[in-house]
Amino acid sequence: MNEKTNIKNDGFTAAENSAPVNPSEPLRSSDTAEGGMDILAFLNQDQQKDLLRFLTAGSVDDGKSTLIGRLLFDSKKLYEDQLSALERDSKREGHAGDDIDYALLTDGLKAEREQGITIDVAYRYFSTARRKFIIADTPGHEQYTRNMVTGASTANLAIILVDATAGVITQTRRHTFLVSLLGIKHVVLAVNKMDLVGYSQEVFDKICNDYRNFITQLDIPDVHFIPLSALKGDNVVEPSQKMPWYHGKSVLEFLEIIHINSDRNFNDLRYPVQYVLRPDHDFRGFSARVASGIIRRGDTIKVLPSGKTSKIRSVVSYDGDLEYAFPPQSVTVTLEDEIDISRGDMLVHPDNMPHVERHFEAMLVWMDEKPMDLSTNYFIKHTTNTTKVRIDEVRYKVDVNTLVKSKLDWLSLNDIGRVVLTTTKPIFFDPYRKNRQTGSFILIDPITHNTCAVGMIIDRLSIKDLPSRITDADREKIANGQPLVSEAVRTTRYNQRGSTIWITGLHGSGKNELAFILERNLFEKGAVVVSLDGSSVRSGLNRELDFSPADRAEHLRRVAHVCRLLNDQGIIAVCSFISPDASLRKQVAQIIGEARFHLIYMDATMEFCRKNKPELYEKADRGATEFLPGVDLPFDRPENACFAFNPEKNSENVEVILDYLAEKKIFPFA
Amino acid sequence: MKAYSLTNLKELEAEAIYIIREVAAEFQNPVMLYSIGKDSSVMVRLAEKAFYPGKVPFPLMHIDSKWKFREMIEFRDNYAREKGWDLIVHYNKEGFEAGIGPFTHGSKVHTDVMKTQALLQGLDKYKFDAAFGGARRDEEKSRAKERIFSFRDRFHQWDPKNQRPELWDIYNAKVHKGESIRVFPLSNWTELDIWQYIRLEKIPIVPLYYAKERPVVNLDGNLILVDDDRMPEEMRQRAEMRKVRFRTLGCYPLTGAVESEADTIEKIVEEMMTITKSERTTRVIDFDQEASMEQKKREGYF
Repeated sequence: MNEKTNIKNDGFTAAENSAPVNPSEPLRSSDTAEGGMDILAFLNQDQQKDLLRFLTAGSVDDGKSTLIGRLLFDSKKLYEDQLSALERDSKREGHAGDDIDYALLTDGLKAEREQGITIDVAYRYFSTARRKFIIADTPGHEQYTRNMVTGASTANLAIILVDATAGVITQTRRHTFLVSLLGIKHVVLAVNKMDLVGYSQEVFDKICNDYRNFITQLDIPDVHFIPLSALKGDNVVEPSQKMPWYHGKSVLEFLEIIHINSDRNFNDLRYPVQYVLRPDHDFRGFSARVASGIIRRGDTIKVLPSGKTSKIRSVVSYDGDLEYAFPPQSVTVTLEDEIDISRGDMLVHPDNMPHVERHFEAMLVWMDEKPMDLSTNYFIKHTTNTTKVRIDEVRYKVDVNTLVKSKLDWLSLNDIGRVVLTTTKPIFFDPYRKNRQTGSFILIDPITHNTCAVGMIIDRLSIKDLPSRITDADREKIANGQPLVSEAVRTTRYNQRGSTIWITGLHGSGKNELAFILERNLFEKGAVVVSLDGSSVRSGLNRELDFSPADRAEHLRRVAHVCRLLNDQGIIAVCSFISPDASLRKQVAQIIGEARFHLIYMDATMEFCRKNKPELYEKADRGATEFLPGVDLPFDRPENACFAFNPEKNSENVEVILDYLAEKKIFPFA
Repeated sequence: MKAYSLTNLKELEAEAIYIIREVAAEFQNPVMLYSIGKDSSVMVRLAEKAFYPGKVPFPLMHIDSKWKFREMIEFRDNYAREKGWDLIVHYNKEGFEAGIGPFTHGSKVHTDVMKTQALLQGLDKYKFDAAFGGARRDEEKSRAKERIFSFRDRFHQWDPKNQRPELWDIYNAKVHKGESIRVFPLSNWTELDIWQYIRLEKIPIVPLYYAKERPVVNLDGNLILVDDDRMPEEMRQRAEMRKVRFRTLGCYPLTGAVESEADTIEKIVEEMMTITKSERTTRVIDFDQEASMEQKKREGYF
C-alpha cells in the first residue's frame, strides 16, 4: 500500500492486525462456548478470517458424506435440533445401521433422500478460528459429471476420497481428471476406511504410489495424501493415534493452513466492465469485479475493443476511495478522459494485452440433455460479454474414465471434448490455465435458454492454424473427386479468372519476347501466372516427341491439358507455341474451354523471322532439318485471333493485352 | 508489500456486489424483496454499496402479510423515508378482506395466501423479471442446493431437478417473457457472517432482535409475542413478561422468541456461539410437514 497517501484501504486486507494464532491449537467453537473467551476478541479475530472453498468428490461408498458430517459435527456447526433430527432420521431411513448416518445431513432434497444418493451440488458452511470454509459437496456418479464440474468451478482445493479397501479406481481417476480440467491447483487424496485395512502403512503407500503414477499425465501442481477413517474420526480433526507412521496433518489442520491466495493472478490486469455508473453529469464510473491483476490510481489503461487509452483518476468504493484494487474486489473506477465505454468492454494495461480474437479452441463440457448441434448459433457469455458463437468442429472427445481421445462429430450430456469456436465479435481472453476468470465461458441454448455447455479456453489459435471444418457436404465432394476450394473462392483470393493467353506465330516472330514480358507484367501487378513455351515443355514433359505433324498434335494436346489444369485452379497461363495448324489450335481451344482461350497472333513478315533466326531457316533451306512451318510446312494464318500484333511494338502490345484482360475481368477480377 | 488478500466478509461483500450489479445490468425490471429482517438489511446495504455514489437503480418490495410485528412496519417506514428508497408494499387484498390469519386459519393457509400468493401477485403485478431474496444456503437443507441465479417458470415454480448449471461467477440471465430469476446474493453467507457484518457496518436493525422485557405467551413451546389484540383473548390472558429476543422475524403469531439477555450485537453473537438450536427452530412454518421448505419453494415461495 502506498504510504504517501491517506486514502484508506483498511478493512480490505486480512490478518494484519489480528491476534496471532497458534497453528498447533486451532480454536474450536467449543472454546468460545465453554471456555468463556472474550466475545470482542472473538469477533475481532473472526472478522479477520479468510475463506477457503473446497470440493469433495467420492462415491456413495467412499464415506464422503460421513467425512463432511464429521467436519461439520466436530466444528460444532451442527445444532442440537439438527442432531436429534439426524438421529431420528438415521433410524428411519438411514443406510448406516444403528450408527448416525451423516449422509442424511448432506443429502438435502426429498427425491435424493428417497433414492439414497446425492443428485446435485450442495454447499455446506463451517468455520474454525482460522478460516471459514465452503464445501461444495458433489456426487460421484458418472451421469452427474456436470455437477462435479459445477462444484469444481469455484473451488480452490479438492478432497478426493478413496476407499482404502478398493484403492485407486476408475472413479478416482475420473474425479482427478475433472479436478485438473477445472484448474484446481491443490488436491488432497483422502484415503478413507483405514480402520478396515488395519491402519496399514503398506496399503496406504501403495494407493499413494498408484495415484502418483496416474497424475503425472495431468496438470495438478500440489498433491497431498492423508490416511483417515471418517467413521472413527481418525485424522479428520484430530491426528490419529492409530497411525503413528503418519506424520502429516489431519484433514482439518491441513485445510486451515494451506496457502491459496497466491493462486490468484495478480499480474495481468483484466477489468471487465460490468456496469456504467452515471448518477449525474459529473460522475462517470465504470464498475467491475477485478478479474485479475491490480488496478491502481494513476495507471495508464487501454480500453478494449476501442483501443483508446486514458489514466485511472480514482478507484471508488462506498467505504472511501482506494489507492488500488485487486481480485476479487468489486469497485468502480473513473478515468481522466471522457471515453465511450460500455458493459463488456475491458480495461487492461497497454503493455499486457489479452488475446482479442473471434476464433479459439476450448475444452467443452456438455451440460444439457439436448446434444450439441453444429448448425445452432449459441449464446456465449464470457466475462461480462454476451455474443453469439458457432461450434466449428469437435476435435476429439475425452473419455473421462480412460482419458482416451476419440473422434466424434458432436458432444452429448456429460461429454467432454476439445472444440473449435468462432464468435460473432472478438472476445478478450486468456488461456484458462493462466486466468480462470478470462478463460472460462458458458454456452446458452438460444431456444430453451438453458446453460447447455461450459468451456475453458485452451490457447489462442490464429486463423491460419485452424483446421478447416469438414462438413458432410465436403465429404461427399471429396468422395466424388470435387475440390473443396471453389472457383469462386479462388477468383476472390487471386483476384483473377483462370485463363490461357495463347500466342501463335512463326519461329522468330517474337512470341517468346511478348510472352515473357507479359508474364512479368502480370506477376508484378499481383497476378498468379505461369508461362509455357515449346522449349521448356519439350525439354521434359514432351521429351519423346519430335516435330512431325503427328507428334506436334500430341505435343499441343498435352500442353492444352496442362493449361486446362492450371486454369481450373485459377491460374493464368501465358503460352508461346507456333501451333501452325488451324485445326490443332481449334482442338486446343476446345480442351481448355473456348471462353478461357484467348488467341494472339504474332503477325511477323518472313523477312523479320529469318532475320531473327537466320541459322534455323538456313538449315531448313538446305534440307538439313524438316517440318519447319513457313518453309516445308504450311502455317495457317489465324482468322479468329483477338489481336494480330506487329512484333516490333511488343511493349505496346503488352499494354494492349493488359487492357484487354482488365476489360474482360480476367485480371484484375475486381 | 502487504498481501493482496481479502477477509471472508470482504470477499462475500465483493461477491454480493458483483451479483447485484450483474442483475441490474442484465435484467429489464428487477426488484429487491425486502423482508425487514437482518438479512434484508444487509442485502440493501450491499445494493447501496454496489451503486455508490449513485442510487440503487431498482425498487424494493415488501410483501406485507398484514401479520408482521408492528415494530417491523414502523422500522420499515422510518428507514425507507430516511434513505429515500423506492419502496413498494404489496399485500393480498382478497386474503386480507377475507380475514385470513394464522389464529383463525392455521399457519399453512395463512402462509400460502398471505405470503406465497401475495408474493406471486406482487411479482406479476409489476412484471418483475428478477427478484432478489436474502436467503442463505446455510439456513435450511433444500436451500443448500439453491443456485445464486435460480430459474422460475411462468408460474414462479422451482424445479430442483431442472436447474441451470451455474459455474464460476458466470450467471445465465436469459429468460423468456413471463419467466423470471430469483437471485440470492447472500447465498454463501452464514448467520454469523450476517451478524458480524451488521456489527462492522453499523447497519440498523429492527429492535426486536435485541433482548427486552416483552409480553409473550407460551404456545406449544413457542414464545409468541402479544403484538396486537388480534391474538385471541384467552391466549392474551396467559401473557407474561419475559426478557426475550427474536432470532428471525416474520409473522408475529408464527415466530417464536427466545429467552435472552443479549441486548447488544456482541452479546447476540456470543449467544449464537453457545446456542444449541438452529435459527429455523423459531419458525413455526417449517414444522408443518416433512420437507416443507422444499415444498414451499416448489410452489414459488423463496
